[in-house]
Amino acid sequence: MTAINQSAAPSTEPMKTERITMVQAINRALDEEMARDPSIILLGEDIGVDGGVFRVTQGLQAKYGNDRVVDTPLTEAGIVGVGIGLAIGGMRPVCEIQFSGFMNYCFEQIQPHASRFRQRTCGSQTVPMVVRAPSGGGIRALEHHSESEEVMYVHTPGLVVLMPSGPRTAYGLLKAALRSPDPVIFFEPKSIYRAIKEDVPIGGGALPIGKAEVAQQGTDVTVVTWGAMLKRTREALADLKDVSVEIVDLLTLNPLDHDAIIASVKKTGRLVVIHEAPRTAGLAGEIYARVCEDAFYHLRAPMTRVCGWDVPFPLLAREAAYLPDKQRIAAAILKVMQD
Amino acid sequence: MNHDTDHPDTHASQPQAAGWTFEIPPRLRFLDEDGRLADGATPPLPDDRVRDLYAHMSRARIFDDRLLKLQRQGRIGTFAPCFGQEACQVGSMAALTSDDWFVPAFREAAAALYRGASMKAILLYAMGFEEGQAVPRGVRDLPVAIPIGSQIAHAVGLAWAMKRKKDKGIAICFFGDGATSEGVTHESINFAAVLRIPTIFFCQNNQWAISTPRRIQTASETIAQKAIAHGIRGIQVDGNDVLAVYAATKEAADIARSTGMSTLIEGITFRRGVHTTADDPRVYRTQEEEDAWVKRDPIDRVRKYLEARGSWSAEDQATLESRVNAETQTAMAEAEAFRDAKPDALLMFDHAYAQMDPYLARQRQEAEDALEGRSVLQTISKRIGKTGSSSVVGELEEAE
Repeated sequence: MTAINQSAAPSTEPMKTERITMVQAINRALDEEMARDPSIILLGEDIGVDGGVFRVTQGLQAKYGNDRVVDTPLTEAGIVGVGIGLAIGGMRPVCEIQFSGFMNYCFEQIQPHASRFRQRTCGSQTVPMVVRAPSGGGIRALEHHSESEEVMYVHTPGLVVLMPSGPRTAYGLLKAALRSPDPVIFFEPKSIYRAIKEDVPIGGGALPIGKAEVAQQGTDVTVVTWGAMLKRTREALADLKDVSVEIVDLLTLNPLDHDAIIASVKKTGRLVVIHEAPRTAGLAGEIYARVCEDAFYHLRAPMTRVCGWDVPFPLLAREAAYLPDKQRIAAAILKVMQD
Repeated sequence: MNHDTDHPDTHASQPQAAGWTFEIPPRLRFLDEDGRLADGATPPLPDDRVRDLYAHMSRARIFDDRLLKLQRQGRIGTFAPCFGQEACQVGSMAALTSDDWFVPAFREAAAALYRGASMKAILLYAMGFEEGQAVPRGVRDLPVAIPIGSQIAHAVGLAWAMKRKKDKGIAICFFGDGATSEGVTHESINFAAVLRIPTIFFCQNNQWAISTPRRIQTASETIAQKAIAHGIRGIQVDGNDVLAVYAATKEAADIARSTGMSTLIEGITFRRGVHTTADDPRVYRTQEEEDAWVKRDPIDRVRKYLEARGSWSAEDQATLESRVNAETQTAMAEAEAFRDAKPDALLMFDHAYAQMDPYLARQRQEAEDALEGRSVLQTISKRIGKTGSSSVVGELEEAE
């Protein structure tokens, strides 16, 4: 709330809020921004009449017409490639890819083009486009519907990569994405689409890109996480009353809020990173590296991480054996306390 | 400037195109909606074979219907029913052999069953066990492919491998009308055409890609005509007429084997059920449209044909249903027994590489330690019995 009020227009009136889910919050952010900015156009598979397979865009085609909320042919590469052209041409496209597992088809457009137009043209041609996709596991879905591919996009300079952790941050970050001059990859952790309700502003502003939030203050251990793992971390902490944990919710995965991570580790001297993506070359490794560079002498224990294993994401029966769970998170926190 | 004059050999120098005229013939059909044979037509198969195809189609329908009930009971996960598309799948498979490769998308249970896949395997996959995808060694079936159109390229590669090894087999791949919008579909067809790799591209045009109707999927009048641009044969068949699908596939296979020419078959059919079990078609299509396709059902049609010829009786029907119901129940009992025997929750480590490197082995041990004494195999929730809120199982469970 604080961050939203900071970036919203100054007002003496208290911000009106409503208690809603992340699906509703994303829908509201799209709705309010489409009303504000006529250049915004939504394109994707099944987003119009069907309202998207998760119903995120429900009602928007009826409200804004089928020339602004467009059911496209079934072509992920086409959606993003055409989106790049729309963006350079002065529109603000919001591409929905039905599941992040299908974004691989788009990567040919995202990496060589979306991420690079600004640099290639010395800033004369830019791609203010948002690519939204549900990501992550935890919903017993079909194959290719559960992966966490954020690091592929973090490792693509020129992109902004965002991942909210609940309705309030989804709303504020999507507003920021829709005003960003740079291409934004907006990952929506699908396991918490409807699992959390929060107070979300009506007519509120954007959260800042590049800023983490300290979701919980603490003094013993820093837990850095993002997306659905924030909720999972909170569940783990319910069983760890004796440890004072500080949770840093990254929200922006690129550019990382370097200062927030370093400041928290300097304060606590211990670090645990939690992510769903596979361990090797996951974002935890980059966070470790930065802590080694800038806070090494503040560490009181070896850093640790709880991640997905270095294997392809399993089918639903074994999904819980793959994803970080509250037991593994709690064990990691206790381990850094004992080291 | 006339390019043909500048380059008189342009067409003649392309052996793959020589001797072929690229036009889409009239839609092939033997049986009308009431199962009556077209005037003057000779059935492409004797009645005993048609009885067999009918039995396979019915078996797939009964199994599919059972899967739907199991999903609604929370005993299996999300799946894509093949309801209404049995003629496309059984008719085409009947025209091929086990030496040919079968490359499905994700709605081809009827084809897979015809090929010999076990009901238990299909159930295990739907329950989220990798073991359900363990195609027996030597069987020329690929597992399902979910990213749209991706498998079409694999079929071309498989057909090419057989061509290189002087193997008589060809490959058939399945995809839907939606997949014709994906780049890889056209890349693959072009590849097969240019290198003359004998592949059958079977498009089950079931009119809907989730909520997107065919008319806004492509501006082409037919999907078959896309073959013309690629320089391969393109034909349309009544995809709910199993005799027409058989005849079209048989001809395509004969041509592929003898000349290397590929064919794009557009089977006109209808996805009578949901896209997947979490989809709700009532949001985007009318009851009238669904009703119109009930009359064109592929199974009713062939049963009427056989009955009129005295080749199918009520007793035959009762025997068939009783046999398939028993088979389905046994398969589910076996699949649940497999689950209840608590298979290794960490199987995911064992097949990631040919050989597990030491650091991965260390992770496997970490996982074992972390999960010790805990049962983490997931089954499906009982609370997923309604449709329409997401395309995936379980999300509703997370929701309040």
